[in-house]
Amino acid sequence: MSTDRLLFDTPGPRGRRRIKIATVISTVIVITVVAAGIRQFASNGQLDWNRWEPFTNVALLRYLFQGLIGTVQAAVVSIVFAMAGGIVLALGRMSSRRLLRWPAYAYVEIMRTIPALLLIYVMLFALPRYGFDLPVFWKLVIPLSVSSAASFAVIFRAGILSLEKGQGEAGLAIGLTYGQTMRYIVLPQAVRRLLPALISQSVGLLKDTSLGYIVSYNELLFSGQVVTSFTHRLIQTYIIVAVIYLIVNGSLSKVARTLEARQQKTPSGRPARVDPDAA
Amino acid sequence: MNVLVQYMPQFESGMLTTIALTLLAFVGALSAGIVVAILRVCPVPILRGVGTVYVETLQNIPLLALLVISIFALPEVGLQADLFTTAALTIAIYEAAFIAEAIRAGINTVALGQSEAARALGLTFGQSLRFVIMPQALRAVIQPIGTLFIALTMNTALAAGVGIVELTAAANQVDLIEAQPIPIYVGAALGYMAIAAVGAFVTGALERRMAIVR
Repeated sequence: MSTDRLLFDTPGPRGRRRIKIATVISTVIVITVVAAGIRQFASNGQLDWNRWEPFTNVALLRYLFQGLIGTVQAAVVSIVFAMAGGIVLALGRMSSRRLLRWPAYAYVEIMRTIPALLLIYVMLFALPRYGFDLPVFWKLVIPLSVSSAASFAVIFRAGILSLEKGQGEAGLAIGLTYGQTMRYIVLPQAVRRLLPALISQSVGLLKDTSLGYIVSYNELLFSGQVVTSFTHRLIQTYIIVAVIYLIVNGSLSKVARTLEARQQKTPSGRPARVDPDAA
Repeated sequence: MNVLVQYMPQFESGMLTTIALTLLAFVGALSAGIVVAILRVCPVPILRGVGTVYVETLQNIPLLALLVISIFALPEVGLQADLFTTAALTIAIYEAAFIAEAIRAGINTVALGQSEAARALGLTFGQSLRFVIMPQALRAVIQPIGTLFIALTMNTALAAGVGIVELTAAANQVDLIEAQPIPIYVGAALGYMAIAAVGAFVTGALERRMAIVR
């Protein structure tokens, strides 16, 4: 992968010796740190089997799994809304009409500088006072979508702008309307190119659903908290929760990186094989 | 608007906490991020592995989960500091992964000939990083790091979720007493926008002075 480009070429004898010495020293340091960590756990009794035994309970694991489902639900709905909003905002931002361009610009710039948590507090504490009280799922999903739409808009705009101008011009030249050009020509190509960025933004959004912990929506982190309240195994529960996040997000990030590496092989981000009929 | 004036001390202390948290975490994240980025490009395989594991782990766990772990769970294994320090440290450790990735991207923009020339002059790996690669790489990533600074500012709000009374939490407390959400939350939002605006201004100024036009 090109990102792993190294700052050195094949080392000579002295370089190899230095690398060997550095390897030994850093191995010792890494082992010491890991051992110190394990000792810290052991000396506080956190490695004892009775501290971990509750997690062999199927009901408890199923409960955490329910939390994961809640996370995925909130994430998927937020991603759909935020992406739709992002496309609309990106198109608005590039519109030739000032009346569309300015509000879209203002929205993106303002939302990028307001924490999602502040929006969540507004949904949670302010709006119910005006008789606008939604189920807790929406109190999480709406603020996250509203706030992430701005980030998605930035990505979509960059992708659309990165496309050769001739693509859109050709669409207009053969008599498609602006909307048709966007729908059939520009967006499909832009989205393909943007896929890695869209996936990593989605991972970010999935991580943000952990704010459900604050609104008491039953997602992974919150269900972890519920588990701790009756097992009193804080560190164990949260380590398990963190590992679940790590596996889910790590796999998604891996997909994004694979796609990115594949795109770098075909410089323009187009598919390598060109359909002869289409050409 | 009265409510903002009346509760000025609360907003002020919330704002100061947010600023302190942002600055401390950013300085920590920047230093740790540079170290991790160097680890990821260094010639020692095990150190590259350590860098990769660091970035992959911290980028894929939500910050709020990390905050909950460091504040509520780590005391169980005898690791405890005061609330503010713990939060600042956790945010710094989390954001360091993102800054490291940005810097690594910057290192990749430095032409290969630069490090080859440094080697040809007989500079060691450390010297070529310090005198040749890093000065160019860091200049190339001023803008991305500025964006990360703004994201970090937004992320300090999560500290409210674990009991630190920063700007978001302060606004919320005032709203619970006064029940005037519109001026209160708009006021808090303006506070964040001010920090972000300063960040963007500093980034722009730095970029104008330091960036290398290629």
